[in-house]
Amino acid sequence: MSFFARFAQNRGALIGVIILAVIIAMAALAPFLYPESPWRMVQRPFLPPLEMDGFPLGTDTMGRNVAAGLMHGAWVSLLIGFVSTSVALLIGVPLGAVAGYYGGLIDDGLMRFTEFFQTIPNFALAIVLVAIMQPSVTSIVLAIALVSWPPVARLVRAEFLSLRHREYVEAARLVGQGNATIILRQILPNTLSPIIVLASLMVATAILLESALSFLGLGDPNVMSWGYMIGAARTVIRQAWWLSFFPGVAILLTVLALNLVGEGLDDALNPKLARERS
Amino acid sequence: MTETVLSIRDLTLALPKGADRAFAVEHVSYDVSEGEILCVVGESGSGKSMAANAVMGLLPKGVHATGGEIWFGGQNLLTLDERAHRSLRGLRIGMIFQEPMTALNPLMRVGAQIAEVFEAHGRHTPKERQARALALLEEVGIPQPERAIRAYPFQLSGGQRQRVMIAMALALEPELLIADEPTTALDVTTQAQILKLIRDLQQRRGMAVMFITHDFGVVAEVATRVCVMREGEIVELGEAREVLDHPRHDYTRALIDAIPNDAVPNRHHAAEAQPLLEVRHLDKVFRSRGGMLKPSREVHALDDISFTLSRGETLGIVGESGSGKSTLGRCVVRLERPDSGQLLLDGVDFTTLKGETLRRGRRRVQMIFQDPYASLNPRTRVGLAIAQGPIANGVPRDQALAKADELLELVGLGGVADRFPHEFSGGQRQRIGIARALALEPELIVADEAVSALDVSIQAQILELLERLQQTFSLSLLFITHDLRVAAQICDRLIVMQHGRIVEHGTAEAIFRTPRAAYTRELLEAIPGRDAVLASA
Repeated sequence: MSFFARFAQNRGALIGVIILAVIIAMAALAPFLYPESPWRMVQRPFLPPLEMDGFPLGTDTMGRNVAAGLMHGAWVSLLIGFVSTSVALLIGVPLGAVAGYYGGLIDDGLMRFTEFFQTIPNFALAIVLVAIMQPSVTSIVLAIALVSWPPVARLVRAEFLSLRHREYVEAARLVGQGNATIILRQILPNTLSPIIVLASLMVATAILLESALSFLGLGDPNVMSWGYMIGAARTVIRQAWWLSFFPGVAILLTVLALNLVGEGLDDALNPKLARERS
Repeated sequence: MTETVLSIRDLTLALPKGADRAFAVEHVSYDVSEGEILCVVGESGSGKSMAANAVMGLLPKGVHATGGEIWFGGQNLLTLDERAHRSLRGLRIGMIFQEPMTALNPLMRVGAQIAEVFEAHGRHTPKERQARALALLEEVGIPQPERAIRAYPFQLSGGQRQRVMIAMALALEPELLIADEPTTALDVTTQAQILKLIRDLQQRRGMAVMFITHDFGVVAEVATRVCVMREGEIVELGEAREVLDHPRHDYTRALIDAIPNDAVPNRHHAAEAQPLLEVRHLDKVFRSRGGMLKPSREVHALDDISFTLSRGETLGIVGESGSGKSTLGRCVVRLERPDSGQLLLDGVDFTTLKGETLRRGRRRVQMIFQDPYASLNPRTRVGLAIAQGPIANGVPRDQALAKADELLELVGLGGVADRFPHEFSGGQRQRIGIARALALEPELIVADEAVSALDVSIQAQILELLERLQQTFSLSLLFITHDLRVAAQICDRLIVMQHGRIVEHGTAEAIFRTPRAAYTRELLEAIPGRDAVLASA
């Protein structure tokens, strides 16, 4: 069975893909549907949803369009999620690969370094990093990447530890392949499935982290994000429920979709497990 | 007149959609009577275990019976519900599995595991259960049963674990014992003991035994009657002597012929003055790091090993698990570094090479691995897998790939270079492994249990291929195996190893005809079916 056929067997994963596609479409269409800045005040404040044409989700405390904010925010959330995950992979994969492949002192050294990051609570470290670097999209992406690479390194190391003594790896060493070739050509391709699954879940965590940072006022002041919207609306949650409700639902759906996709990928990439589960 | 204990009638088991055939077994009928051992023989994928699984009600997911009946004790087992089936298992039908390593719970003491069998069927008081467990351990011949009953599985050897499994299967005195390849994972000498034990117990208790195996040697050793299976169908069914001596079906004959026999071909290569490989006083000790409370352990894997190997010669290294034979092979290809001693390849010491010189020197010594499933990267096309060696040694990619095609042709697999390993059978993969070893035009090939994982008929083909290639390229071959029969077929000279030492060293013929060391004699006697095969030869 092909990869896509196996993936499509998991109905949850398909739903996840559809939700994700809608959110990506939202992010892509935002500049066309709402060409104006989402920060612009366009109507009277506290306009409830469906009250006025052109403001399906109403306006916020300053009279800004909630629908516009939601769509522009989608772009920021996705951007931060995917870029910070890529950066985390770029740090974690090479580190884990080297530690797992060479073992011994190198492994000890690299793992102690990884544990140093793991002992500090993720969120506290992210807050400190953003606060030091000044809030901006770049600093948020870096902060999230820096707190989320240790699990990647550990996973890749564990995979390398179990794969490096496989007979095909020994065979590659016997025919005279160098260490770099063995790591890149023989072992790494065989660790890809768990990495992909982990990465899809990391995107979800990164989006949550970004929202939490924005909620605390540590978001980039120049871009509208879901977390900022909830944070700004928390004081008026009883008067204007829609201000925190819609961005909250957006975060929930995105994270749910990514988790569903992650699980679907897991099933599709590990056909053995999938068959036992069904 | 003996009574029929188990009767399988016209059994058909369907495989899930997408399997390589529609039925696991098709219209299979056989009986097992009181006091007899029925051997069900077949190669992998013949469906030989499936009927047994159906009897136990342990069919894998997706496999289900579409026709036929299994009669046991007046009941049709196929119509039984799970509860009723469970009460039969252990109580009236006992089973022994292939892997004694995994069939026991690693965290439970042996005694408790045997007692659990009684407990599951609500028999005896806890105290009686322990006493019974002890008696059973005594019956299956475990040394020091009082100590063994308190041991954890990891403290026992493979053979002892299999004895515990047998004790568990016999605990409630079942009428039928199903043994699924119970000796396949064991060494020959241990295998001989376990076979004898099963035969003795069967005679003492008058049980019916259904013995599933792939090895005709084992059949000759234990069977009363034989049922030969191929691709889910019964090929031949009859009295053991009758089937072994006068096989009616071609397939049975082919299987029996494929067993390497004792007729040692008298092959003698004139040893050249200058040996290709000279091994001098090789030592290797494995140390496990001790913890705070446990002392470090030392295992002498290789102890003062010396031998020579000439160009074009095949040297067999025979030994049981733990004899150090694989470590020796791994030292020769330098996957393992010996502690001391020398490996001279054309007079150049191979042990002292390092880094880049070692990487280039590796070309001359290549290896064929045991497991054809693990030795090929699942994500690399086989053509590239073969070409990787030459590419790493500086041959242009196109040229290396063209060469890979030629090599595949040479090992009998033309035009398959862009397929992935999972599209091949075990024997085909082993051919690919051989092509890969040849790609660098080595002078010496180390074959570590290269045919052990294969069915007998495939084994014979691979051995033939190795021999042909060896003559074409005048290769030297270091053939590591646990199977004396296989070694006798292909080797000029043999080395017998035990506990890291060379016990005996001589031509294959001399070792078979006039073994000098006691251990060699023990190994030879343990070969299953040896007397039977000799008698018919």
